[in-house]
Amino acid sequence: MRILVVEDDTDVAGFVMKGLREAGHETAQAGNGADGLSLATREPFDAIILDRMLPGGMDGLGVLETLRARDNQTPVLFLSAMVGVDDRVRGLQAGGDDYLTKPFAFSELLARVEALMRRGRAAQGATRLMVGDLEMDLLSRTVRRRGRKIDLQPREFRLLEFLMRHAGQVVTRTMLLEGVWDYHFDPQTNVIDVHVSRLRQKIDKPFDAASIQTVRSAGYMLRAE
Amino acid sequence: MRPIVAGLRRMLRSAGVRLALAYAGLFALSVLTLMLFLWWATIGLLNGQVDAVIRADAQMLSRRWQDGGTAALLANIVTRLAGDADDDAVYLLLDPSGQRLGGSLPAWPAEVAEEGVVYELPIRHHGEASLARLRRFTLPDGTALLVGRDVQTRAALQRLLTNMLAWALVPVGILGLAGALTVRRMFTRMTGHVTETAAAISAGELPPRIRLSGREDEFDRLAATFNDLLDRVTRLMDGVRQVSDAIAHDLRTPITRARARLEDAAVHAGSTAELRAAVERAVVDLDGVTAVFQALLRIAEIEAGAGRFAFATLDVGPLLADLAELYGAVAEERGLTLALQTARPLPAWGDRELIQQAVANLLDNAIKFSPVGGTVTLRARRIPGAWPEALEIAVLDQGPGIPPLDQARATDRFFRGESARSTPGFGLGLTLVQAVAGLHGGTFRLIDASPGLQALLTLPASRQSSFDTSEARRRGFAAEGDHQNVPVSGLLRI
Repeated sequence: MRILVVEDDTDVAGFVMKGLREAGHETAQAGNGADGLSLATREPFDAIILDRMLPGGMDGLGVLETLRARDNQTPVLFLSAMVGVDDRVRGLQAGGDDYLTKPFAFSELLARVEALMRRGRAAQGATRLMVGDLEMDLLSRTVRRRGRKIDLQPREFRLLEFLMRHAGQVVTRTMLLEGVWDYHFDPQTNVIDVHVSRLRQKIDKPFDAASIQTVRSAGYMLRAE
Repeated sequence: MRPIVAGLRRMLRSAGVRLALAYAGLFALSVLTLMLFLWWATIGLLNGQVDAVIRADAQMLSRRWQDGGTAALLANIVTRLAGDADDDAVYLLLDPSGQRLGGSLPAWPAEVAEEGVVYELPIRHHGEASLARLRRFTLPDGTALLVGRDVQTRAALQRLLTNMLAWALVPVGILGLAGALTVRRMFTRMTGHVTETAAAISAGELPPRIRLSGREDEFDRLAATFNDLLDRVTRLMDGVRQVSDAIAHDLRTPITRARARLEDAAVHAGSTAELRAAVERAVVDLDGVTAVFQALLRIAEIEAGAGRFAFATLDVGPLLADLAELYGAVAEERGLTLALQTARPLPAWGDRELIQQAVANLLDNAIKFSPVGGTVTLRARRIPGAWPEALEIAVLDQGPGIPPLDQARATDRFFRGESARSTPGFGLGLTLVQAVAGLHGGTFRLIDASPGLQALLTLPASRQSSFDTSEARRRGFAAEGDHQNVPVSGLLRI
């Protein structure tokens, strides 16, 4: 996948691109808003990592607004040191697909960018999700494994659905908190771990499987197999 | 001349002087009006009475003439003059040719020419210079009758009254001046304290609060508003100071640790694995620093009043149910029960995310400090009879509670009670709850529930109750400074 990194801090940009390349992606970099915009309009990218504050007169918000005005729908992840309550809202309103504040863990950035690129291709209208021997019927809200029905609470169902939609990908605790519970704050304690562990009790333990994996210092991953 | 004008202009720039001048002017105007009225009413009344007597006299005399002619009239005039005890009646009778027939005047005053007009003239009466009101009447046969009254006494009264009023102007002037000075002094005194306090603030000190007179007048209201303002400034400045203190002390610790780890690893690490482990631990330390920074910024942002733009009417019931579900699993894992007691619907006016975070912090605390087997209760209800409408969200635990002495400081940044030393956390959770309560115009209190603690958050139920800020804020502020003064109920251990 090709990812454009628009970031003026060369250390941060270098660190991000190195990580992305290690994860098997191609990268391009722009150090200011105008260069970023011209690169993004000239070449196709699967995702753009965009800094909010950029030198050279055009900031990240301006780049994104111009892109969207030109009907360019490339997924954009904002990377910003602006952590105000309304900064995230404004970034998303301008057409951003995700918002990550600095300082950040690279694993979080990678997980989010990959989720964004995947989202573009995932079939949104599907009524059935299949991951390995796990089957989820979104209409009747039932889950089966190896043909056996598993009873899940509504929230456990949504947690599993999120994991299945991102099967084979790392999802971080923050992504789960935002995607499943719609919370945008840090709950301090290990609430997510507890809920994942309860889900494991229901979908993995009875079948002696280990489909939900813990990814060290990153989050969780539902094995695609 | 010019310096005097400039001086006057400078004086007029003082609101106190202007107020005093306005007072003096109004006072003078009222007194003058009163005097004029008094003068006019007294003299006018007396003149009217005299004129009525003259008219009645003339009518009687005219009837005498009709009955007995000029002779009877003359006789009657003589009788009247003889019987006039006050010696103030004036008569004169002339025949149609102008010959004097009789009366008390030696000759007809030339000024009294027209009929129906009352003349006031100096006359000689009983051999003395005097003043009289005179009126001419002409009888059908051409006989001219002059009827009048000596008004020398009234003239004397008039002079007396005029003199008296003129002299009264002196004490009136003194009173006016004294009043004006008093008004000015009152004004200066009432605004003086506010001005002094404001000047002290400008000079960079935070002075004591403005004294209230207790009369609850406009100046008290101004002073109260000003004191509210001072409270807010003080809290903001305390906030800034606490944040700088925090950066100086509380953040130094994890940074020092991370630094030591990295330096130690750089010098002593024997293998790549060791080095990597040290770096990873340092990253965890730095993440902690970041978390503290973010929490501090968020609290500062909330305290500065940001976030009100996202206010909306929301139902707290489902919001609490979701949180109870999120934390219920954690509670269960630690052998605790999380009980939810809410009324539905439970409308509130506020920022969904901030309320979620505040309640999450309270639940987090309650779960952290509860002994195994205990129950954490999340309770919400509309406060019965509260006006403006409000609701309360309570989180009760069965933990060690917070000693009364620590309760006032529990919401300070980085405050961690004795019992919290061994648990993870930064001591910012309750600070945020307090800030959220303040932003909403609500209150936050900690109440000893022996055993355990009751954390009580009140929020406005509607936009009106939130925007009735002065009242709500006053109550909020009061509750804030009064943590130990929690309402005495069965819950309070004394």
